[in-house]
Amino acid sequence: MAALDSDSDEDLVSYGKGLEPLEEGERPKKPIPLQDQTVRDEKGRYKRFHGAFSGGFSAGYFNTVGSKEGWTPSTFVSSRQNRADKSVLGPEDFMDEEDLSEFGIAPKAIVTTDDFASKTKDRLQEKARQLAAAAAPIPGAMLLDDLITPAKLSVGFELLRKMGWKEGQGVGPRVKRRPRRQKPDPGVKIYGCALPPRGSEGSEDEDDDYLPDNVTFAPKDVTPVDFTPKDNVHGLAYKGLDPHQALFGTPGEHLNFLGGGSEGASNLLGNVGLSKGRKLGISGQAFGVGALEEEDDDIYATETLSKYDTVLKDEEPGDGLYGWTAPRQYRNQKEPERDLRYIGKILDGFSLASKPLSSKKLYPPPQLPRDYRPVHYFRPVVPATSENSHLLQVLSESSGKAGQDPGTYSRHQLNASKRGQLLGETPIQGSATSVLEFLSQKDRERIKEMKQVSDLKAAQAKARSLAQNAASSRLQSSTPDLGHCSQHPTLGSWSAATRASNFKPFAKDPEKQRRYEEFLAHMKEGQKDALERCLDPSMTEWERGREREEFARAAQLYVSSHVTLSSRFTHAKEEDDSDQVEVPRDQENDINDKQSAVKMKMFGKLTRDTFEWHPDKLLCKRFNVPDPYPGSTLVGLPRVKRDKYSVFNFLTLPEPTSLPTKPVSSEKGQQQHGSDKSRKLSRWDTSKLERKEDSISEFLSLARSKVGPPKQESSPLVNKEEERVPESLSDKTVDKGAASQPEGEGSRPSMDLFKAIFASSSDGKSSSSEEEQDDSENDQEGTEEANFQSSQEVAMVESAVTHTAEPVPCEPAAPFPIQKIQIDEREEFGPRLPPVFCPNTRQKLETPQREKHKKNKEKHKMKKEHRRKREKKKKHKKHKHKSKQKNKKPEKSSSESSDSSDSRSDEEETADLSPRELLRRLKCFPLRKQ
Amino acid sequence: MAFPEPRPQAPELPQKLLKTLDCGQGAVRAVRFNGGRPPLYIPSPAPPEAGGPVTPACCSPVDGNYCLTCGSDKTLKLWNPLRGTLLRTYSGHGYEVLDAASSIDNSSLCSGGGDKTVVLWDVASGQVVRKFRGHAGKVNTVQFNEEATVILSGSIDSSIRCWDCRSRKPEPVQKLEEARDGISSVKVSDHEILAGSVDGRVRRYDLRMGQLFSDYIGSPITCTCFSRDGQCTLVSSLDSTLRLLDKDTGELLGEYTGHKNQQYKLDCCLNERDTHVISCSENGKVFFWDLVEGALVLALPVGSSVVQSLAYHPTEPCLLTAMGGSIQCWREEKEGGAG
Repeated sequence: MAALDSDSDEDLVSYGKGLEPLEEGERPKKPIPLQDQTVRDEKGRYKRFHGAFSGGFSAGYFNTVGSKEGWTPSTFVSSRQNRADKSVLGPEDFMDEEDLSEFGIAPKAIVTTDDFASKTKDRLQEKARQLAAAAAPIPGAMLLDDLITPAKLSVGFELLRKMGWKEGQGVGPRVKRRPRRQKPDPGVKIYGCALPPRGSEGSEDEDDDYLPDNVTFAPKDVTPVDFTPKDNVHGLAYKGLDPHQALFGTPGEHLNFLGGGSEGASNLLGNVGLSKGRKLGISGQAFGVGALEEEDDDIYATETLSKYDTVLKDEEPGDGLYGWTAPRQYRNQKEPERDLRYIGKILDGFSLASKPLSSKKLYPPPQLPRDYRPVHYFRPVVPATSENSHLLQVLSESSGKAGQDPGTYSRHQLNASKRGQLLGETPIQGSATSVLEFLSQKDRERIKEMKQVSDLKAAQAKARSLAQNAASSRLQSSTPDLGHCSQHPTLGSWSAATRASNFKPFAKDPEKQRRYEEFLAHMKEGQKDALERCLDPSMTEWERGREREEFARAAQLYVSSHVTLSSRFTHAKEEDDSDQVEVPRDQENDINDKQSAVKMKMFGKLTRDTFEWHPDKLLCKRFNVPDPYPGSTLVGLPRVKRDKYSVFNFLTLPEPTSLPTKPVSSEKGQQQHGSDKSRKLSRWDTSKLERKEDSISEFLSLARSKVGPPKQESSPLVNKEEERVPESLSDKTVDKGAASQPEGEGSRPSMDLFKAIFASSSDGKSSSSEEEQDDSENDQEGTEEANFQSSQEVAMVESAVTHTAEPVPCEPAAPFPIQKIQIDEREEFGPRLPPVFCPNTRQKLETPQREKHKKNKEKHKMKKEHRRKREKKKKHKKHKHKSKQKNKKPEKSSSESSDSSDSRSDEEETADLSPRELLRRLKCFPLRKQ
Repeated sequence: MAFPEPRPQAPELPQKLLKTLDCGQGAVRAVRFNGGRPPLYIPSPAPPEAGGPVTPACCSPVDGNYCLTCGSDKTLKLWNPLRGTLLRTYSGHGYEVLDAASSIDNSSLCSGGGDKTVVLWDVASGQVVRKFRGHAGKVNTVQFNEEATVILSGSIDSSIRCWDCRSRKPEPVQKLEEARDGISSVKVSDHEILAGSVDGRVRRYDLRMGQLFSDYIGSPITCTCFSRDGQCTLVSSLDSTLRLLDKDTGELLGEYTGHKNQQYKLDCCLNERDTHVISCSENGKVFFWDLVEGALVLALPVGSSVVQSLAYHPTEPCLLTAMGGSIQCWREEKEGGAG
């Protein structure tokens, strides 16, 4: 070893490479301990290895959580000022950025997975890629991708392949036809409708003479439709400059935008790399001009207009050697394009329609008549004399004819009744009944006569003025047809309502009346030219016009009065056309007896009526009650037919005004029917003044005079009757009663007639009052009450005048029938509702009501006062007459005035006890005992 | 006669004002207790366990815990009158509500008003179940029959119409058109319809017998009612008189005067034990008469204006009165002292 050591270094064998000698002053490097050897990610963050089987590299913050703060909720927001918006954390919130990237575990973008992505060469994509490659700064660089991309097929391809499909074939059942040349033509894209089969294919097919029968062929492959959206603002089919031309631009060559584009494109796209012997590469002046190149003119690629086409012209295909004598393939190839020559090139995404548009048919204008003159001339104004009346009629007929047939009504101008007329229906009798129908023929006639006189006067006066107006206006316009035409709509409006022609306004002139009736008949038939037809042809134009106006007015007048009348009356319950009336078999009769019975407090048999009454079957069922009359179909009270105007019908009716004995104390008792009557009469009283001129009242009075019982006397006028009313009222004294009854009966028409006539009108009128009620009613009421009040005031003054000097007996607010009657008169029916008097009502809306109410109350008070005075007056009269019964009144009033302390001492009562009262006491004494 | 013997001890009259409710619906046209008609009070000499029959009406759930007020502002309100709480408002009338009634099972209400309609309501939902149109005038009064299958409505068009609640027919089952003037009051028992009319007659339609009894009173009738034993009818009329008539014969059993009723349609009733007759008055009081003696027992001052309507509790001495826009609840003295 020593020898060895002593020997030289050459003998030493060394393995490996020796450490580099330490440099001067350099400290030996410490090896990095194992625990310090770390792995970091791309951002420099530590990754700690946990071992391959326990999770790999660490995650989170030092293997704990995602942040330094740990699990501290980072989204805590004080809820006092701003409420924390709810944030739901998803798994993405705990992921790293690289996880969300394209290749992470949760890529955000939607991509086709490899399994389904087609990796075959899509032609379009390929072209686009080639285009991009050409446009790229390094052309052809993308070609490399094709070489690199793995040859992997999508699932769809593999499935199709397993089904026997081969690339380049179409999909579908195999067809039995001549095999098409599966020649992909990249240049010709077919969008939309397929072009008609080209002859060239036929020619090609003809070349194949070997056609086995049992061979089927796959369908032709279809180029998918390009659905790339247009995402630029260029015009349709705009193409930028060809990169091909821009890069490998051949100088002097036209930029061919107009023709041969497809060819150019096919050239451009189909064979980019092999473009006519040119090398790929960047050519340009920037690299200098080679010795063999002479392209100097292209230095800055100036583009001049001379490069562009300025003229739309046919350009010969190819080399331009062939004209129309070109070989067939040339011609056929260009055929579709030749069609488009005049419209230019078919834009991208469009195709030529296979069917030509159907051209619109044009109609020639109508042939004008030979003697047509495009100038309107007016009809000559013919002076209306008797000679040329025929001419006039012809003229007016020819001018007024248009649109006046009944068939030419506009649909919207017709109402139901007119349509009914057109359809030939019988008009419904319901809507327009008049009082006249209640009356007998003779009475009607008389009424008519009376009415005619007044109506005639009015109509004639009106007609006169109208005729004057019309004459003057005709002078102005000098067209007689004008007024006539404007009149027709109005004629139409009332023509439907004209019914019976029993109204004779022209009774004095029978000829005229005849014409008028004819006119009405025509109107009824709906003929618009009725006026013209029925006028006397021998009349002058002026007469004719006047009569036209007259007829129109008269008809209108008749209708309006007709309508107003019919609106005031409702139908009776019984049919009018028959002489028989359905009358309840049993009637509640003889109120007189009952009243006296009530007066004597003999309730019971005397005041009770018992009738057979049939309840409805269903009602019995609902009440769980067996039907009392199982066999009968009758409902209600049994009814019998009786003669309408039999006296016996009226005998059973209550006749309250003719009650013989009516002591004041019991007059309250019979108030219902008494009020019926006297209510109406007092209404007459109050409205006497205003009604005097009313033609309706005339009608009514006439009607009453006609239809009343035969024993009725003369003097049917209203005024007289009204005058009689207070009389009869005041005549109601105890003794006189029996004597005055027939008299009253005789002077007054029967109750039934009153009811028939006044039922509806009094309903309409008297359904007012009710202070806090209906606003609509209030208007009506207002007027009526005003009338009432004024008349009352007058009466008050009267009474004040007449009775000031008289000693007034002290009767505070005694209940008196008159008073009640007048209260009732203000009402609709029966007792009123209490007034709205709520001091704490909060609704503002009600304040006007309350005011009204107050007003009414005031009125009320006044009325009461007034009534009291009238009472006094009457009392006074009675004092004069008899001064008999005052027994009940003071007692009553005292009982009322002393409200609660109402222990009416019998001593006080017996002080002035009448025999009647004694009787009453006697009668009810046993009752009270029970 | 058939009415009951007076009780040994005087029954308490509701004269302590328990509560005043401002209904806030305009004038209160009518106030009614809920529940069906009060059970017929049959004074049985022996207690039921001793062999006396138990009347089926006693088993019916007569309530009286709530009340209905009909307002002039077109609403109908359901209250708890003792607590003064508003439970529900029923709106759907086109005009003021004039009368209301509740079915025996409290499931539905009916009301009639100035809009000429009779409305059937569902209590719980407050919805209109049906509207019966056909009256030509204001509907003054409505009543259910005992099983709430028929509504009877009386109107100023002088007809009573019986509306069927079961079928969907729009027209009434029957029209009772015997009255010559407006109907002011209709009451129903199990087989009778009692109607008071302004023509001064009280008509009683007996379905079981198939007869109509018409009693002439003379003055316009404002209110009628049966006594609880079903033997008498009480009739108030505009001559400021109440009359108690025997139902079968029409004889006058008693007459009660002292109050004032000359203009308005005011209510009257009998108390829960048929011992007293109660009526509204136009001078702001409610009058109590002893039924048998006919003597005025109490004039309960309610306010200054007209007492428009009243209702008496079916089983307890509790009275509701309506004046102006508010209703008052009255109990007997003892009960009031207790709480």
